[in-house]
Amino acid sequence: MCNRFKVLDGIITCSERALHSAARVALHAFVFVFSILLLTVPTLDAQTKNSCLDCHSKLDAPLGIEEEQFSSSIHAQKGMNCTICHGGDPSSDDMERAMSKASGFKGHIERAQIPSLCAKCHSDAAYMRGFDPLLRTDQFSEYQTSMHGKLLAKGDTHVAVCTDCHTMHNIRPPNDPESSVYPVNVAHTCAHCHADENYMKQYKIPINQFALYSTSVHHDALTVRGDLSAPTCSTCHGSHGASPPGVASVQNVCSTCHVFQGQLFNSGPHKDIFSAMGLPGCITCHSNHGIQHPTDAMIGTGKGAVCTNCHTEGDAGYTAAGTMHDELEKLNDAIHTSDEILSRAEKAGMEVGEAKLALAAAQDNLTKARVTIHSVRPEAVDQEIKAGLKVTDSTWQEGLSAMAELKYRREGLLVSIVAIVFVLIALGLFIRRMESGQTGVSKESRQ
Amino acid sequence: MGIADGLRQWLDERFGWHEIRAFIEHKTVPLHRYSYWYFLGGMTLFLFVIQVLTGILLLLYYRPSANEAYESVQYIMTQVRFGWLIRSIHSWSANLMVFTAAAHMFSVFFLKSYRKPRELTWLSGMLLLFLVLGFGFSGYLLPWNTLSVFATKVGTDIPGQIPVIGKWILVFLRGGEDVTGATLTRFFGFHVAVLPGIATLMIGLHLLLVQRFGMSVPPGVEEEWKTKPLEQREMRFFPNFLLRELMAWYVALAVLGGLAALKPWELGTKADLFASAPPGIRPEWYFMFMFQTLRMLPAKVGFIDGELLGVLCFGAAFLVWTLLPFFDPGRPGRLQRLITGIGFFALAYVAVMTMYAYVAK
Repeated sequence: MCNRFKVLDGIITCSERALHSAARVALHAFVFVFSILLLTVPTLDAQTKNSCLDCHSKLDAPLGIEEEQFSSSIHAQKGMNCTICHGGDPSSDDMERAMSKASGFKGHIERAQIPSLCAKCHSDAAYMRGFDPLLRTDQFSEYQTSMHGKLLAKGDTHVAVCTDCHTMHNIRPPNDPESSVYPVNVAHTCAHCHADENYMKQYKIPINQFALYSTSVHHDALTVRGDLSAPTCSTCHGSHGASPPGVASVQNVCSTCHVFQGQLFNSGPHKDIFSAMGLPGCITCHSNHGIQHPTDAMIGTGKGAVCTNCHTEGDAGYTAAGTMHDELEKLNDAIHTSDEILSRAEKAGMEVGEAKLALAAAQDNLTKARVTIHSVRPEAVDQEIKAGLKVTDSTWQEGLSAMAELKYRREGLLVSIVAIVFVLIALGLFIRRMESGQTGVSKESRQ
Repeated sequence: MGIADGLRQWLDERFGWHEIRAFIEHKTVPLHRYSYWYFLGGMTLFLFVIQVLTGILLLLYYRPSANEAYESVQYIMTQVRFGWLIRSIHSWSANLMVFTAAAHMFSVFFLKSYRKPRELTWLSGMLLLFLVLGFGFSGYLLPWNTLSVFATKVGTDIPGQIPVIGKWILVFLRGGEDVTGATLTRFFGFHVAVLPGIATLMIGLHLLLVQRFGMSVPPGVEEEWKTKPLEQREMRFFPNFLLRELMAWYVALAVLGGLAALKPWELGTKADLFASAPPGIRPEWYFMFMFQTLRMLPAKVGFIDGELLGVLCFGAAFLVWTLLPFFDPGRPGRLQRLITGIGFFALAYVAVMTMYAYVAK
């Protein structure tokens, strides 16, 4: 059923009526939303306006700031603008008013003031908890104990302050690969000053740390293997509390990662002797920044052995070093010999998976023996070597058996092939003899 | 009366030995320039028998569970006397069987042996070929090594693409949503019970049909024989043809022995279901042309998913191929030439895509 309605000089149907109602509702909705937008836009504009950037993004260094860099910094991401450090009124387009004393404008911040300025927020546990409850708030107190902090307190403004490592307007969290304090970038950040000959001249400290570190096993692990837990400068020296570890605490620093080596060193005779001689623990043999992958040649009395730096022929340490080196070599050779025969058998198609797995246990024994070296007790090293040699004896036997089995299989194959060829010839001759005089059977002949 | 005569009489009284003997003596095989293709069927049957025998021996030690399968095959390869030989022959023979079955199918196709009245012989042969592929697919998983598990994942994903019933097929094949120990048990059941049962029946039917309709003679030879009846030749099946077949079987045995001794079938590393898929996952060589095609298809072809389109196309192609005798007019003409052309294209496509898959990695 459909009623008709008179409209001026025409008639509209019920479907047209429904269309008119819908259009009316849509118009009302549009006016409502548009009004809200009109009311909101000035407020939004006031909240996001940053007149500082409007001008400084157009300036050259040192007053210029790249807008894109700043907007991707952690501070901008968390909704903070220039005023958090510099004060002022970024909502005003009037330069005088925006940078007036009345608006709290501080302008340029002196280097000496930077750590305390940052600490205003970063040492405020209650404030920082609002961003991330796990964030540290002890950076400033640590900094004050660092070599940088101590020298700054004495009035040396050449030393690193927060912005030297974290940058000023492009501060990013340490887990951001573009951050100057991302693990892979830390060494470069430190080297910016510490590898600069002119800059470091007044401190009379070496500048080759970065060059050495770049050749080290740690650098390789961090940058080539991508292991972000591998050591960089701050891992050993600390970050905010950066200072060189003392002679007595070197092995404590290294043993945070190399736990067993540290424990064995502490339980061995070297600890007290090194202390008495004023030698720093681990780095006496391994060096510090340029640590290379340790080899078995480092132990013993041969070329490249570090033991002979202190021990001379005839003393007990010299003999022990030689014994431990020989033991390591013995197991290493046994593993290689076993691996070689097993690989040969495997390549020939023999199943030697179990033996190869067992051989991995011998490799574990070798690794343990190399770690046990740090106790400098030949009998402890020998225990691991013997366990490893027992395994290699067994895997070597399995390798020999596999090769013997391979030979047996090939001989068996040869015999089988000869037998089959013999049968084939016999069958061929038999068929020929049977069919001699016949050339296939035609249908006609069979009928 | 000697023992042999006594036995013959005993069999004759009960099974009609005399008639059987007469039948065997009168059974012949057409003799012409393409007769050597007839050996392929018998060769496939021989390899099937090898599969059954070696499979039974493997069953004595194999354990169909995710925890024990790999170790049991390792035990067979290293500890069981001649276990390595049995397993390697089983694996190599399976691959040779796929090859000879496919070659037999193509030879039947190109020699037009599927024509009336042999449509059902072709149909039963095609079903046997699919069963052989099913044997290969189910057997591939049984050693439970990394390659086999991940290849089975990829392989069972493919039927999962089929609309409506795909998900059901996937869950049916895997025994769940993913490839697990349940899939292994299921595949073992298919491999040693379901497929052999069906295959035995199908082989029986196939042989019966071959016997009923005899060996097909290619149309060209048939025409020649019509014009020159005196050139029509046949060979006695027993012993002439069978002895030649026996020689071929001996050669196959030597090849199998050589492959098993010089290139024993690899075991690989034990599957770890929680590990990510290693690079280089691929199915057996006889599925490679399909695998490569699906890999090359774009994600979307028009509005349809590329992989789904590939699966549907292969499904349709296999269906048409299986029903081929019903499309073939049975006499020379344009349609038959077209069918032969399609056959050459299919053979070239399978060969080229298989080779490309190995080159492209």
